Amino acid sequence: MRWLLRKDLLILGRSRLLLALLIVYPVAITLLIGLAISRSPSRPRVAIVDETPPGETVKVGDQRVLVSAYARELFDQVQAVDVSSRAQAVAKVESGSVLAAVVIPPDIAARIASDTEAAQLEVLYNGDALEQSLVASTINSALAQANLAFSAQIQQAAGSVIGSLLSGGNLGSIGAPENLIGLTQIAPTLGSVIARQPRGHDRTQLERIDTFAGFAAQNLSLAGRVLSIIGQPIRVDSVLLHGRRTPLNTFAVVVAVDLSLMLVCVLLAAGGVALEREEHTLARLIGAPPTPSGAGGALISRETLLAEKTLLAAGCAFVLAFAMLAGIGAFVTLDWGRVGQWLAALALGAVAFAALGVAIGALARDVRAASLLAFLLSLPLAFLALVPAGSVSGGFYDAIGAISFVFPFKAALQALDAAVNGASPAIGLPLVHLAVLSAVFGALARVGLRSVE
Amino acid sequence: MSAVLRVSALGKRYGELDALRDVSFEARAGELIAVVGPNGAGKTTLLSIVVGIQRPSAGTVERGGAGKVEHGGADEVSPVAGPGRRPRVAGRAGWRVGWAPQSPALYSKLSVAENLELFARLEGVADPRAAVARMLEQTGLGERAREPVGRLSGGNRQRVNVALGLIGEPPVLALDEPSASLDPGQRERLWQFLATRVAGGTTVIFSTHNVTEAQRYATRVLVLAQGRLLFDGPPQTLLASSPEQEQGDERDSGDLERALVRFLAEREPGPT
Repeated sequence: MRWLLRKDLLILGRSRLLLALLIVYPVAITLLIGLAISRSPSRPRVAIVDETPPGETVKVGDQRVLVSAYARELFDQVQAVDVSSRAQAVAKVESGSVLAAVVIPPDIAARIASDTEAAQLEVLYNGDALEQSLVASTINSALAQANLAFSAQIQQAAGSVIGSLLSGGNLGSIGAPENLIGLTQIAPTLGSVIARQPRGHDRTQLERIDTFAGFAAQNLSLAGRVLSIIGQPIRVDSVLLHGRRTPLNTFAVVVAVDLSLMLVCVLLAAGGVALEREEHTLARLIGAPPTPSGAGGALISRETLLAEKTLLAAGCAFVLAFAMLAGIGAFVTLDWGRVGQWLAALALGAVAFAALGVAIGALARDVRAASLLAFLLSLPLAFLALVPAGSVSGGFYDAIGAISFVFPFKAALQALDAAVNGASPAIGLPLVHLAVLSAVFGALARVGLRSVE
Repeated sequence: MSAVLRVSALGKRYGELDALRDVSFEARAGELIAVVGPNGAGKTTLLSIVVGIQRPSAGTVERGGAGKVEHGGADEVSPVAGPGRRPRVAGRAGWRVGWAPQSPALYSKLSVAENLELFARLEGVADPRAAVARMLEQTGLGERAREPVGRLSGGNRQRVNVALGLIGEPPVLALDEPSASLDPGQRERLWQFLATRVAGGTTVIFSTHNVTEAQRYATRVLVLAQGRLLFDGPPQTLLASSPEQEQGDERDSGDLERALVRFLAEREPGPT
């Protein structure tokens, strides 16, 4: 095997394009992923057209909330690009310089203040279905957060009015009476007056007022909490049953590394075996009669040939994938304390992918067919393995699950996710799965090499 | 002189097709045997079974047990291949038949010397570098030793192909249409080279469509048609079977071809 391995490394070294690709690919992908994750704009560029008159307010009780405060909340959720008219906003959306435009109409304050009409914003965007979905989701999310913040301001204003009603004092607004008595002060003040009052109709009336003031003060003090519940009636408290939370960034890293591992392994292994057929050397290697030493009926056994191709492809892809993971570690925080698990996941994943590659190579007649088959088989399977539960019908998801189960991508992804992120399931099961798949594809490759012609 | 190779009742079926039927012959050391016949006669199938690339459906291929033979014949034969089984080795007596397929089986990104050294090592040659040097000298490829095979001409590639077949110094070398892609000069050099090997005791079996070559160089001719061996003997005997030869030179290059065509027309079995 040593001489075969040396031969293949020599050939690999002389295939300058392939060699360059093997070096440039991980560097390029690492930089792209790293920069995409670390430098991604957290806020989308959105044009804002504020058509409300300057200083427009919404009256809440005796207080007024500036409409521009609402716009400010919206601006905080997006990267705001100020435009003065709707026409300019439309032009910017059409040119693609902004993701979308939000138009705040001049009558928004009147609509908020009215009891009959809901305030409306106009959102403008274009693009394909994917882009539209992304824009709609982004803008809806931004508006929801802005609404929440605006609601909090209204709650705060309403709370302040309620506080004044309870505690009394100066409300601070023009025309409001000074040193106003609060509801909570009525009961003790009225109590001393009632105590001095003789029994009779007047005292009874005062006692009724006292009872009402006590009741009103007691219940109005609850209004603040009620308002906050109305502002956000449902809060989310998520509980993860298995594993630990995987940040989306590091999961994206795992997917990228798994994809790279798969492509390099499958293509190198498939191409390596197919090259022997294409160069007509397969028959010389594994189809020849016994050697003078009596070691066997061929120069090398079919198993040795397959093991050599698997080792070469898995070795190259392992080094490449580890370099990628380490490189991405410069951009994203990864737990280097789990490096032993990373290596195990990458090694088993590489062997399983290489076994799939040699099986493809053994069945194909030449390098082009092998490469094409490797691409056509690998990419859709990787895509299927990434389809989340609930996004397709139950029966279809089960079918996807069964297909993903018999190919190494999903098992390698689970192993790598468990190794890098501590995700569930634990790493042991995917590793066993990968070992079994390696054996199965190795056996398939062995069958594929029955004919050497 | 005993046989260095014995083929007995060899048969090969591809589904319903009988590619070879009951083919038997022996080869002795130093013979140069041409396998001729029309397209689809079974020439390549016969050679690929002899070298062990394919398994026979029936019959056996036995090889002389002397192992490495340079000058002289083998002493006895040992069975190496039979129906449905891989060729096997009878102790130290096993050796491989050298093989030069029609399409050169070489790594085009490796140099001539690297190709030779790789296969010398895989064949377990005791001193691979010495074997490479010897083969480069014998084939006249010394100056091209460091050149990638992919850059060589068709003729030189074929020389490397033959050299690979001989790197383990096998007693028997099988060549499948070795001169098919060569120009006359390259063809001449190839046959000169093979003649020196034959003179050294190596048995050479080659398939060809070029009856002139068979007539000029072969000591024996095997005529195959529809998988059957129709003739096994010296070219002169085949030539003598043609009525025209009574009047002409029996080594006339055109006549063996005519004799073969007539022979096949008279003897070729009908479809079964």
